[in-house]
Amino acid sequence: MSLGGAAVVLERDLLNYRRTWRGSLIVSFISPVLFLAAMGLGLGSLISHGQHRLVEGVPYLDYLAPGLLAATAMQTAALESMYPILAKMMWDKIYDSILATPVQVREVFLGEIAWLVVRVAIVTVAFFAVMVLFSAVHSPLGLLAVPLTILTGLAFGAPFFAYTANQRNDTGFAALNRFVVIPLFLLAGTFFPIANLPLVFQVFAWVTPLAHGVALVRAATLASPIAPLAAAVHLTVLLGYSGVGIGLGLRGFERRLGE
Amino acid sequence: MEAVQTPSRSLIHARGLVKRFGSFTAVDGIDFDVEPGEAFGFLGPNGAGKTSTMRMIGCVSPVSGGSLRVLGMDPAVDGARIRARLGVVPQADTLDLEISVEDNLFIYGRFFGLSRARARQRARELLEFVQLTDRARDDVEPLSGGMKRRLVIARGLVNEPDLLLLDEPTTGLDPQARHLVWDRLYRLKQRGVSQVLTTHYMDEAEQLCDRLVVMDKGRIVAAGSPRELIDRYSTREVLELRFPADARISLDGLPDGLAERVEVLPDRVLLYTADGEAAIAGVHQRGLVPVSSLIRRSTLEDVFLRLTGRSLVD
Repeated sequence: MSLGGAAVVLERDLLNYRRTWRGSLIVSFISPVLFLAAMGLGLGSLISHGQHRLVEGVPYLDYLAPGLLAATAMQTAALESMYPILAKMMWDKIYDSILATPVQVREVFLGEIAWLVVRVAIVTVAFFAVMVLFSAVHSPLGLLAVPLTILTGLAFGAPFFAYTANQRNDTGFAALNRFVVIPLFLLAGTFFPIANLPLVFQVFAWVTPLAHGVALVRAATLASPIAPLAAAVHLTVLLGYSGVGIGLGLRGFERRLGE
Repeated sequence: MEAVQTPSRSLIHARGLVKRFGSFTAVDGIDFDVEPGEAFGFLGPNGAGKTSTMRMIGCVSPVSGGSLRVLGMDPAVDGARIRARLGVVPQADTLDLEISVEDNLFIYGRFFGLSRARARQRARELLEFVQLTDRARDDVEPLSGGMKRRLVIARGLVNEPDLLLLDEPTTGLDPQARHLVWDRLYRLKQRGVSQVLTTHYMDEAEQLCDRLVVMDKGRIVAAGSPRELIDRYSTREVLELRFPADARISLDGLPDGLAERVEVLPDRVLLYTADGEAAIAGVHQRGLVPVSSLIRRSTLEDVFLRLTGRSLVD
């Protein structure tokens, strides 16, 4: 099974990125600075007011930052796996022209997955660097947050690829954003402990990948102890969503583009 | 049935080729061969099955029935290996709007496995060939329709294909752009690049094709060189007569001795005949006075309309 074509699909996405990387990278730095300043320092000063100076034993900014990091990976994955993919599939027909060459559908799919990982990695590293500047990373082991965040992005991006492969127009994207991405951003442990929520929201949070990603990333950057079993469950959920997503996405691409 | 002998030199060999989409049969059992060095055309109205046939030859659409060999190989087994030697110019422009004109060619070369240096060199050669060198660094979107078409043709040549597949290569282009494309295709043919093209422009088929088949409703209804088809399905000349709009002339007996076939259209009458001058003399002799008359040579268009009818196809 040849995968050389996947590398060229990635190369094509990098050619595209080369045209926009400056602006995109600046946003990747500015956005976490704004969020951490406004919500971490600003809002956090209200939260840690009076006797309760800490949230779960740390300043609010330090608590918030890893949650935002994982949520940003989710949002980046959502952005990359919906409109751009459908455009190449349906509107600009880029995949049709690629598939007229020896490149196979699975190589197209894996190339796009590779680009998704690269894209999430860029955003993650930028965000992580900002966290270091805000002293929100408590130990060198916090570096583990980088691969864990990228995995969180993949756990969303891969199933979203499968979703996109089944869309005939873009209305489904608004629904996915409204009913999955935004609610998770708000409820999956990014801003406050999930245990504070009504049970139905807790269940919603824990059956999707973000809460698991947040838990792992937070444990890494705060160097806080985490039960091995809990860590294993979180990791399994992320790997499961990624693996199943890749399988379904590949099938979706084959069905959509194989005719 | 399966053990069809493949003539060893045919570039494409199809027998009983079928393409179905659900219950709809787009291509309904067609036979044809394309020989090395020739330009072969599929002519037909919209929906005749031309594009479906091209997509099967291009190994991007699985065959539903019958047998197909392309470059001596089976598309179901050797799709990637066949595609490596094909150049494809699709009907829609499918250019990559997110990268520059030159990078469109460069990355396409990379998809065919060319090294970066070779792909870059090839991109520059081809921009030269289609006269787009001065637009190399530009975006694709602002290019004119003719320029985009030339870029798509250049892209189809990036792997130096043995066989070029062109799906309606000049549809939507202005006359200057069409002639430039034809010129480039003619030069490619001189260099020995075999071509298979679809078109519904008769002048294009006459210009470019050595041999062609006329398709209608998924079937081949005629095959031959443009000249052969005109000889077989039309007459040497056509006399076109216009009468005043309110004249209700009797055409009874008009064909007798004057024309092999008469066709009455809302705005004119066509007489298919070997000798247009004799026919117009005969018309006058019978006391008919047309507003205008025109004698022209029969074209592929006459053949086409005779075979596929005049009703509108959607």
